Amino acid sequence: MVTELGHFALILAALTACVQVVIPLVGAHKRWPGWMAVAEPAAIMQFILTAFSFGALTWAFVRSDFSLRLVALNSHSLKPMLYKISGTWGNHEGSMLLWVLILTLFGAMLAVFGRNLPPSLRARALAVQAAIGVAFFAFILLTSNPFLRLATPPFDGEGLNPLLQDPGLAFHPPFLYLGYVGLSMAFSFAVAALIEGRVDAAWARWVRPWTLAAWVFLTIGIALGSWWAYYELGWGGFWFWDPVENASFMPWLLAAALLHTAIVAEKRETLKSWTILLAILAFGFSLIGTFIVRSGVITSVHAFANDPERGVFILLILAVFMGGALILFAARANVMEARGVFGMISRETMLVANNILLAVACFVVFVGTIWPLVSELAFDRKLSVGAPFFNMAFTPFMVLLGLLLPIGAMMPWKRGKLGRVARTLIPALILSLALAGLAWAMQTGRSLLGPVGLFLAAWLVFGSIVDLLGRTGRGTMRARFGRLIRLPRADWGKAVAHSGLGITMFGIAGLMAWEVEDIRVAQLNAPFRVAAYELTLTDVREVQGPNYFSTVGDVRLVKDGREIAILHPEKRVYPVSRMPTTEAAIDYRLLRDVYVVIGDPQDGGGYTVRTYIKPLTNWIWMGAFLMSLGGTLSLFDRRYRVAAGARKTATVGVPAE
Amino acid sequence: MKHLVLIFTLLATPAFSVQPEEVLDDPLLELRAREISKNLRCLVCRNESIDDSNADVARDLRLLVRERLLLGEGDDEVIDYIVHGVPGEFAGFGEYVLLRPQTTGSNLVLWGAGPVMLILSVLLAGGYLRRRARTPVGQVAGLNDEEKDRLAQILKE
Repeated sequence: MVTELGHFALILAALTACVQVVIPLVGAHKRWPGWMAVAEPAAIMQFILTAFSFGALTWAFVRSDFSLRLVALNSHSLKPMLYKISGTWGNHEGSMLLWVLILTLFGAMLAVFGRNLPPSLRARALAVQAAIGVAFFAFILLTSNPFLRLATPPFDGEGLNPLLQDPGLAFHPPFLYLGYVGLSMAFSFAVAALIEGRVDAAWARWVRPWTLAAWVFLTIGIALGSWWAYYELGWGGFWFWDPVENASFMPWLLAAALLHTAIVAEKRETLKSWTILLAILAFGFSLIGTFIVRSGVITSVHAFANDPERGVFILLILAVFMGGALILFAARANVMEARGVFGMISRETMLVANNILLAVACFVVFVGTIWPLVSELAFDRKLSVGAPFFNMAFTPFMVLLGLLLPIGAMMPWKRGKLGRVARTLIPALILSLALAGLAWAMQTGRSLLGPVGLFLAAWLVFGSIVDLLGRTGRGTMRARFGRLIRLPRADWGKAVAHSGLGITMFGIAGLMAWEVEDIRVAQLNAPFRVAAYELTLTDVREVQGPNYFSTVGDVRLVKDGREIAILHPEKRVYPVSRMPTTEAAIDYRLLRDVYVVIGDPQDGGGYTVRTYIKPLTNWIWMGAFLMSLGGTLSLFDRRYRVAAGARKTATVGVPAE
Repeated sequence: MKHLVLIFTLLATPAFSVQPEEVLDDPLLELRAREISKNLRCLVCRNESIDDSNADVARDLRLLVRERLLLGEGDDEVIDYIVHGVPGEFAGFGEYVLLRPQTTGSNLVLWGAGPVMLILSVLLAGGYLRRRARTPVGQVAGLNDEEKDRLAQILKE
């Protein structure tokens, strides 16, 4: 019964979305306030209905209602509760429902928090947001309905892919979707501004927080996915340049570019048309990502459903929204004439460089991702584009970005002097070079990767510190410290996020340059050495979990005669899906991880054991955490609450500081 | 072919990627084998190198790489053998097996895409920046009074 209500609510939400597209658009055109005002209650209603529908589906998963086709195919009564719930979005239909839930959530948030937007812009943005909603409601209801019943319900379900039964992955899709779909807000604002025919500083100021939030969520989602791959897939890779990973990475790169160019549009009223174009493209890449994951056109490790019909539908959505927005963009580009004037050496120029590097890097990833398809269709060459290509073609852009970043971050607006900025950065440069030199001298191999990574990291971190200190002005240490603490949150956010980028770069470079690997047949109680560590396989047991059988090894880890940890690598078999998974045992430390995987018993006795010493791995995710923290700090900067403050000033009369 | 893929996938046992007995005695040779393996695709997997893959075909290919290395072939010769094979003897796997695409023919578009795009956008941006730098301040359109009031209201912190 609840299921049918959920289905019904979804249809009602789709109809509400239809209303929300038409009435506010007409209202905004004719300047009828009543019609424009329809958008807000409609957006909130749409969200409530979709949330109810999603709740109904979740309820069916929680109760293991196997009369529902989706539950029977993807759940199992023995599964732990967390995975019953996360199973709701662990499949194509449910994840699409989550997608529109988040879409309507953003719409509702705009309706609630956007009260001080110009009414026509708000009405139009909500209408565009609802138009995206209509497309995806139609997609769900027509091609991937999650509420289909089975005539004869099975006794038990088929279970969730065991690889997905993991806390890291349970929360990876929601964050990722918050990011993907969050970019729809930037898109809606961009299209609304194009219809409106005016793009100004205030517009950029409204767009930026939404983009920032989307980017923060994407950062967290990508980091969670990569962390999951690291500990779950059994050989400690963290990034595979898989089409689906690229699908999330491309919007991330463009969103990062958009956040930066929106600052220029906001503060200097230039680069407006580029900002609009980026806002459109960033969401376009979200849609392309959705298409790649769900069409099965490009083979990938985690493609969802290989259903051509769905692929065509998404392609159609992509064509309509991107085509429409770009045509509108071409027609209205003239309203966005630039106002600010700036010299060749200025913050504006450096932000243009940032955008070029990020956008071209995104383009490289895009070409690499679709090249196998293009090559086969156009040139009849069946080929692969894998990690070696991306590592070679993508990395230079990131190195350049890292080199320019501290200089750009300190460059003054309008007109700057390169020499002056360079002089302040000299201590940071010397320190970074010294650290890199030290790493170069200490390492045994001759790879440049490690030292270069360390240099970039130090350069970014010290550069950010110099920038922060520079903002405290002159005076006593005490006065400067006071000012440092009171710096706007956006300044702190910038420094933290930029340092985070450096930390991540160092983690990646360190892991790739200095990893140690050991593969062997380990006999019970026979110690073996890997780098500075001594490992002993002391015991191997068979254990039964809630819905799997497991072979667990006990490995004693000793360094310098002192026991550091007992590790328990596992090999699980899930009988429901007949799938084995490896559960690596990892001793996490700040400077290195010891990563142990156990394999099959050997004929001559003993087990295969793989051991990796993975230096600096955690820095990759620490950096990602810092990036999202920096983004969050900026998000809570007073600037973005000005509108709320202004309203208060008008009514209560709160004095300005 | 599809059936073959299916059979391979079903038969793939939960083994590790590189097995202890596969490892060559000469560490330098083994290192070269690993480097070559990272560039070769496991043919039944999705986007995994034979170095990472558990599948049996990947294992066969790893053994083949090591066999050729033991014959004293250079890295490029080994890769060439695996891609093109030897006429009449072994057909080779074609360029599909390479994870780093060749830099020949139409693939130049792929490899050139980044650099060409970078140069183009630097030129475009350079032109734009020069125009912005030259615009005299007086010609810049300002806000009208109503807009100024609105802006002041918004910016009031």
